[in-house]
Amino acid sequence: MEKKTFEPPVIKKLNAGMPSKFGMTPHIEAIPEIEGHKVEELLKDHGSPLYILSENTLRSTYRQAYQAFSTRYPKVQFAWSYKTNYLAAVCNVFHQEGAWAEVVSGFEYHKALKNGVLPQYIIFNGPAKSYEDLKTATENGSLIHIDHFDELYMLMEVAEETGKKPLVAIRVNMDTGIYPQWDRFGFNYDNGEAWEAINRIMLSEKMELAGLHTHIGTYIMTTQAYRVAASKLADLAVSTERKYGHVIRYIDVGGGFASKNTLKGAYVPGTDTAPSFDDYADAITGALINSAIKPEHLPLLILETGRAMIDDAGYLLGTVIANKRLASGRRALITNVGVNLLFTSFWYEHQIHPAEKVSQHTEDTTIYGPLCMNIDVLRAAVDFPLLKKGDHFVIKRIGAYNMTQWLQFIEYRPNVVMIDTQGTPHIIRRREDLDYMTRQEELPGHLKNFEL
Amino acid sequence: MKIRKNIAVSDTGFVFDPSTGESFTVNETGQEILNLLKEGKSYDEIATAITTRYDIDRSGFEKYYQDFIEMLNHYHLIDYEG
Ligand SMILES: Cc1ncc(COP(=O)(O)O)c(C=O)c1O
Repeated sequence: MEKKTFEPPVIKKLNAGMPSKFGMTPHIEAIPEIEGHKVEELLKDHGSPLYILSENTLRSTYRQAYQAFSTRYPKVQFAWSYKTNYLAAVCNVFHQEGAWAEVVSGFEYHKALKNGVLPQYIIFNGPAKSYEDLKTATENGSLIHIDHFDELYMLMEVAEETGKKPLVAIRVNMDTGIYPQWDRFGFNYDNGEAWEAINRIMLSEKMELAGLHTHIGTYIMTTQAYRVAASKLADLAVSTERKYGHVIRYIDVGGGFASKNTLKGAYVPGTDTAPSFDDYADAITGALINSAIKPEHLPLLILETGRAMIDDAGYLLGTVIANKRLASGRRALITNVGVNLLFTSFWYEHQIHPAEKVSQHTEDTTIYGPLCMNIDVLRAAVDFPLLKKGDHFVIKRIGAYNMTQWLQFIEYRPNVVMIDTQGTPHIIRRREDLDYMTRQEELPGHLKNFEL
Repeated sequence: MKIRKNIAVSDTGFVFDPSTGESFTVNETGQEILNLLKEGKSYDEIATAITTRYDIDRSGFEKYYQDFIEMLNHYHLIDYEG
């Protein structure tokens, strides 16, 4: 006789008339396979934990985003925000789709070049570019987005030294009605600083003012903020043309679209609240088309969408290490996926699904990672199915920021696998090992030997 | 160790404690263990019953059993007087 699947026994008190904060607990569906591959087999072949990226989802999300904008506006260009996920395979999927590169450091800049992006298609953002970075970008003819006056003056020196005119935009910050206002990056619109920066650039004649840029924040849930931002950049473009007869070639509204993840403390899931690409596109393109910019001078619209472009394509697979009963009576699940691999669990209540079919029984559970630290919590309180030691689970929507902000702490970082559009898995970043971990270390001679 | 006599376990997995008016739900394995406990079965008998019917070995089962008993204790469903 075949034995039944064992589920840990559980008893749960019913609180009649006292629904939890979320009302009825939704049933948590199992995710037994990803793109036709059994979770169990993926883990057997590539080890646990494991990151999975779906090339299909990357491409289809990109195409949705592109279509939302290109059907509303004549000239649209996406630039892949490297910091969101700069694994070469990921970048090149987006480059194949037509995206330029958006980078914020010398490292990212050189990575884009190494990936094969031509320098004129690299946008160089960031508040901390070095003199060398600026010189390289100037000589290469990349697009340099100036963050502050010190950088503007440094770039004038670079222009003098190289005898080349840097192609620049200024980064503008502004009140778009959202709180908190990001005023740390760029020049402020509302107090006239941005206009002043434009005047300095135009009067110096040492640089070519190609564009205007803003990045109003991240996970912005109101499209109205983008309408305001695009209008304010359009105003600056109109003033520049009126005063200098100089046409602004592009307006870059940065990133910041919300992904469908649920923010911590939110009462409604992100799948219900995140605006669609169409909603964002309506607001942004509407503001540009209705601005006072002359129709024949409508600028190229650049978007640096990060998290909304890739979150859905990423999965993190893991294994239950142990079950525990906390002193409070609450159940605790110890897993091999910690905040080291899921940095975004500091902001999101990630959806975690069992890989195998489970009953509808759940228990109030805290889900922990393997690190010896109190902050290593994936979910502080979630009504979760009764997984036992060795069971597998799948965390959804983790494509953005986790493969760049991951921490090398205590554990090796695991394999990253991309499943291509034909369904074939490819390792795109190999699991770390002792050799990788110690490669950069130097041991001074007098520390080589010891006796215990 | 026994479950308190007046505790009612329904076939559909509901548990009612008439002395406090509290209700609980149990899953399938929980329900089986509760019924075996009500019948006065020993740990050994319960472990044999469960491990022959479910895909779990004895050492694996013991830990989950202990945890379940702790929860029953927590909800004051266990009768120590016997
Ligand atoms: C300048 C710039 N562009 C684009 C992005 C991508 O943002 P998001 O992931 O919110 O779309 C960022 C993220 O911080 C950024 O700083």
